[in-house]
Amino acid sequence: MLRFTIHRILHVIPTLIIISVISFFIIQLPPGDFLTTQVAALEAQGESIDPAQLDALRVRYGIDDPFWIQYWKWISNILLHGDFGLSFQFQRPVIDLITERLPLTILLGVATLLFTWAIALPAGIYSAIKQHSAADYTISVVGFIALAVPNFLAALVLAYIGFAYFGQSVGGLFSPEYVNAPWSLAKVGDLLEHLWIPVLVIGLAGTAGIIRTMRANMLDELYKPYVTTARAKGLPEGRNIRKYPLRIALNPFISTVGWSIPSIFDGEVIVATVLALGTTGPLLLAALKSQDMFLAGGIILIIAVLTVVGTLISDLLLAAVDPRVRFGKA
Amino acid sequence: MFSARRRIRERDRAAQTARRGLAAATVDAAELSEADAILDIQGLKTTFHSDEGTVHAVDDIDLVVRRGRTTCIVGESGSGKSATARSILQVVDNPGLIEGGRILFRAEPNGPVRDLAALKSQGDAIRSIRGREIGIIFQEPMSALSPVHTIGNQISEVLELHSDLSPAQIRERVIDELNNVGIPRADERVDAFTFQLSGGMRQRAMIAMALIARPALLIADEPTTALDVTTQAQILDLLGELKSELSMTMIFITHDLGVVAEIADDVVVMRHGKVVETGPVDQIFHDPQHDYTKELLASLPQRSAPLGEPEDDGADRPRATPPPEPATAVEVVSDPARTLRHEEASARSLLRIRDLRMEFDAVSGNMFGRRRKEKIVAVNGVDLDITEGATLGLVGESGCGKTTLGRCVMRAYDPTGGELLYDDGSGAVDLASLSQKQLLPYRRQVRMVFQDPYGSLNPRMTVRQVIGEPLRVAGLAKGSELDDRVEAMLERVGLKRSMASRYPHAFSGGERQRIGIARALITAPKLVIADEAVSALDVSVRTQILELLADLQDELGLTYLFISHDLSVVERICDRVAVMYYGNLVEEGPAERLFANPQHGYTRALLSAVPVADPRLRGTRERIVYRPDEDESEEESAA
Amino acid sequence: MTSQTQLPPAAPKPADPTGTGTADNLDTETGRSRSEVTSAPQWKLIWWRFRRHRLAMIGMVILVMLYVVALFAGFFAPFNTTSYSGQHAYQPPQIPHFSFSEGFYVHPTTGATDPETLAPVFTEDTSQMVHLGFFVEGDPYRLLGVIDANVHFFGPEDPGERWYALGADRGGGDLLSKIIYGSQISLSIGLVGVAISLLLGLILGGISGYFGGAVDTVLQRIIELFMSIPTLPLWLGLAAAVPPQWGPMQTYLMITVILSLVGWTSLARVIRGRLLQTRGEDYVLAARLDGVPTGRIIFRHMLPSFSSHIIATVSLAVPAMILSETSLSFLGLGLRAPAVSWGVLLQNAQSVNVVATAPWLILPGVAVVLAVVAFNFVGDGLRDSADPYGKRS
Repeated sequence: MLRFTIHRILHVIPTLIIISVISFFIIQLPPGDFLTTQVAALEAQGESIDPAQLDALRVRYGIDDPFWIQYWKWISNILLHGDFGLSFQFQRPVIDLITERLPLTILLGVATLLFTWAIALPAGIYSAIKQHSAADYTISVVGFIALAVPNFLAALVLAYIGFAYFGQSVGGLFSPEYVNAPWSLAKVGDLLEHLWIPVLVIGLAGTAGIIRTMRANMLDELYKPYVTTARAKGLPEGRNIRKYPLRIALNPFISTVGWSIPSIFDGEVIVATVLALGTTGPLLLAALKSQDMFLAGGIILIIAVLTVVGTLISDLLLAAVDPRVRFGKA
Repeated sequence: MFSARRRIRERDRAAQTARRGLAAATVDAAELSEADAILDIQGLKTTFHSDEGTVHAVDDIDLVVRRGRTTCIVGESGSGKSATARSILQVVDNPGLIEGGRILFRAEPNGPVRDLAALKSQGDAIRSIRGREIGIIFQEPMSALSPVHTIGNQISEVLELHSDLSPAQIRERVIDELNNVGIPRADERVDAFTFQLSGGMRQRAMIAMALIARPALLIADEPTTALDVTTQAQILDLLGELKSELSMTMIFITHDLGVVAEIADDVVVMRHGKVVETGPVDQIFHDPQHDYTKELLASLPQRSAPLGEPEDDGADRPRATPPPEPATAVEVVSDPARTLRHEEASARSLLRIRDLRMEFDAVSGNMFGRRRKEKIVAVNGVDLDITEGATLGLVGESGCGKTTLGRCVMRAYDPTGGELLYDDGSGAVDLASLSQKQLLPYRRQVRMVFQDPYGSLNPRMTVRQVIGEPLRVAGLAKGSELDDRVEAMLERVGLKRSMASRYPHAFSGGERQRIGIARALITAPKLVIADEAVSALDVSVRTQILELLADLQDELGLTYLFISHDLSVVERICDRVAVMYYGNLVEEGPAERLFANPQHGYTRALLSAVPVADPRLRGTRERIVYRPDEDESEEESAA
Repeated sequence: MTSQTQLPPAAPKPADPTGTGTADNLDTETGRSRSEVTSAPQWKLIWWRFRRHRLAMIGMVILVMLYVVALFAGFFAPFNTTSYSGQHAYQPPQIPHFSFSEGFYVHPTTGATDPETLAPVFTEDTSQMVHLGFFVEGDPYRLLGVIDANVHFFGPEDPGERWYALGADRGGGDLLSKIIYGSQISLSIGLVGVAISLLLGLILGGISGYFGGAVDTVLQRIIELFMSIPTLPLWLGLAAAVPPQWGPMQTYLMITVILSLVGWTSLARVIRGRLLQTRGEDYVLAARLDGVPTGRIIFRHMLPSFSSHIIATVSLAVPAMILSETSLSFLGLGLRAPAVSWGVLLQNAQSVNVVATAPWLILPGVAVVLAVVAFNFVGDGLRDSADPYGKRS
């Protein structure tokens, strides 16, 4: 198991390097460079920028260097100094902007994952056990629709309902009076009160997806001979299902937990934009729109790294629960 | 998830409801049709309802199992034998339902009689019977055991459910039981996963699980079908020993009459969900009443015990009858790397295989762990001649390399070394050295019949297209001429001309195998390689296909390389036989001589393991075990 | 998805070699005569099974209707996308009335802005009527891009009058007409995008599955890499790179390419998996031993056996594309007005306040949901019936 872990971790390193290159490539894509964009924007507002400062910035970020040199400067600053560069739009270090918002993003992501599992796993299992029942069909149809609703639409509709029928202020994760207040129990409560809409919305499609896979996995396992064997031992039905088919049906699910992280970030970008949440999503969108490349690149890099780490964790988890993977038999 | 105390409380509650349920299902002992019956099935009906219609798997059967005896239920696939066994414990596969009848079960000789069919299938009452009073073993131990739980865990569960022992005591009992069923180093194996054990070991673990609670009745549902013949022999011996040791009753379900002859006291013959005949084993084999039973028996190879006739005197050592001394009186050879050859064939060889080697690269280690390349030698320098116009049988157990050898001859694999000298009279050609393009004309001379009649026919092509393909791609025939040749070939293999436009899904297994043969023969080949060509078929269909093959050989002067694990089939149709063991050819010779007088230790072990299809010859033969270097080949994972 | 029914347990092999069972089962399943079933090619068996899938059939009917409407958008839309009436901004939907003497009609409205709330207020003039009818003349359009026409399926009989079946947007344009015109882009972008993805997937998945070995490993790692990048930032980044000055057609193509660049990975994996699985089948080996050339093996023997699975996967990928386009456009990074797509239309409903004033503006979203659900139903049905020979699912 230890060797497995070490190998798996070593495996991640090249992936991370390539991902960082891709992140940098993406932020380089828009035509022109951010300085010219920025200068043009400033000049349009009638401001001027000191040419000396401009040149200093050009050298600092190696604007005129080839791609690989620029990339090296960018990544080495991140790795060696934790310096993600400067956001031009906000005129602040990227790292500050990210650290301000990342905890909320992670909180939202974790809450969404937990919500998704709490709903989807039991629903999928129930649906499989009671196959062809009315509940099964209902779950399936609701799932189909949940998969089909674009999440910004769901966000709008829920926000509208909250607004029209509950009089709740739906923008943001906090009520206005708490936004700048120091952390307190009341603020946490307020946060939880606001959290449910984005969690529900982001989790919607994921929940439907997991219900479908869980149901399919479970149906695959439910009629396997080893279940009959356990039944023939005299094991009660509930315990049988928990111990055998469920345990195995969960494995493919565990192995793909890592892959669900990107889709949560995807959902977060859109939903946070619609609901004006103070997470990294709207920041990323704004950065991309204004070609604020270091900010965008930094966020994409962090998201990608989190995804890779998530995948790593789910692989290790799978190895921990499934001896076939651990012993290389699967 | 559950604390021990809570589990015990739950069990006590379950025990109470179980007692009530059992009491409600108790019937008068006079209802039993025979006093010494442990199980009396009366009018049982088990039905499968699905979208595709209703299948009456078990259709109103009566069946009595007498205490202390072994009752074999025998029948071909679809006869309902398995459904009967599973109905007893109410563990019929979804969507099967017991729709009628009674299953009277009397666990103790003079105890109460309960109707198991009257119990709720998920209730506590039937659960108290399962595993404790009736144990069951299934066919495929690999799939019948959970892959992610240790065998110890799965066996312990029976005692957790049905005893008051502490976890430590349970573990001790499990290890004892594993020892009992002949698993070496049981104290380590108890923590092994199924994929770490060989097929035989897995089945032993399954037996330990079924027996650990000392049930009065053991149901064995085709427990040896998935095993090699030598492993099968060991498992059958083990079951026999355990049965007498624990004085239990056994229901043994099988399709193999040879196995029946080996172990049964009473026999029940089933067909299409009905019982066609019941009786003591001797009567069934020597005085069958029903036509179907006779038909089944007729499909058996008419062969007596290969190693010596039964000794009527049998005074001192009936079980250790030595095989008749070979005339040449050579030492029995046990070196697997040496090929023992009986007399050379006199006729001309169509194919001479010289020093054929086939190695595969296998990557071992786990998914992400260190990868070491290993060479697996599947065929290890085999020399073999195939006589023109004759049938050569190639036998051996799974993994011995016989299929690989066949595929090398077909050049489905490119051999690592050696020569395949093919000579149809116009001079020898080394097939192994030809390029794919040069090989094309020979592809029409050397043809193959596959094992799986389902996987080997493309379901998306009509029979006409499937059979005509080799001629079409070679440009040898087209249009109506091609159709005509295909249809003529269909007729030749016993199908109708009009069937050419059908798709494979419209045919049964036997018919599909006929189509496979037609495909092989359409190019007018010289050599046909039949790789387990009848293994997937039921015995009665198997006989028909073997007869067809023999007829075609006579008619067309074909040469067969007949690859099979089934010695009885090989003996029946082959002129010469070659035996393989772990990539090596260990013995080769004329079929009669080799079967009558095997020289190699492995051949002898193999032959001694084949069940003899005559109950009167039971116990007349010594089981020979082959261990070339005392390696624990049993331990090697079969996966 | 999975087996719902098990074969009778007695058979040690998954099939029933003795009997005539196979053909008989099919008979009861399809309710067709035996001879019809025995010589039915694959697509027929699939179609018979598909037809028993009720939800899939419903989805199919919906899809056919949607695509017919999109194809003849000019005919079905009462107005052009460019026609508007400034005084009808945010006009709520008008349900047609019906009377036997007057036929279908609505009352004309006049809009004004409430001085206090600044919300638009509309007053119906019940004394007058806008008569509606079938096959009326109205805004000119080009049918299928070639035929000039001005007949509309249903609309005001007087071309000068306005009728807002699903309400009006901010500019006073008819939302129904825009949704119908928008379906042309939204429904085609999914197909075109998936076609490009499929091409990429077929080439790369095919290479991976056919050559195997090191090539396979490298391609698989690349695919895994792509999958670990969150797709939306990738889209956003790529989409941000599309110059704003490009015309709608160029942007449309570019967006399609971007969507498919991200979507090909899962298709490639499916294709590779199928290819590997099929390559191991006995009948493929049999074809090789028949001396069939490689090309013919791939196209004649292997491709037909997994094409149905590919079609099923594709039909499940289309809705994802539609959703992606909608999301991108909604965020202002995809298509931009004056192009009309469902996502562009939904840009009008960016904030809760707008939705509160004019809730009908989220109706394009309903169209999205309808299309996506229909595609998912069809895809699910296809997947279940894709292998008519295997286990029932």
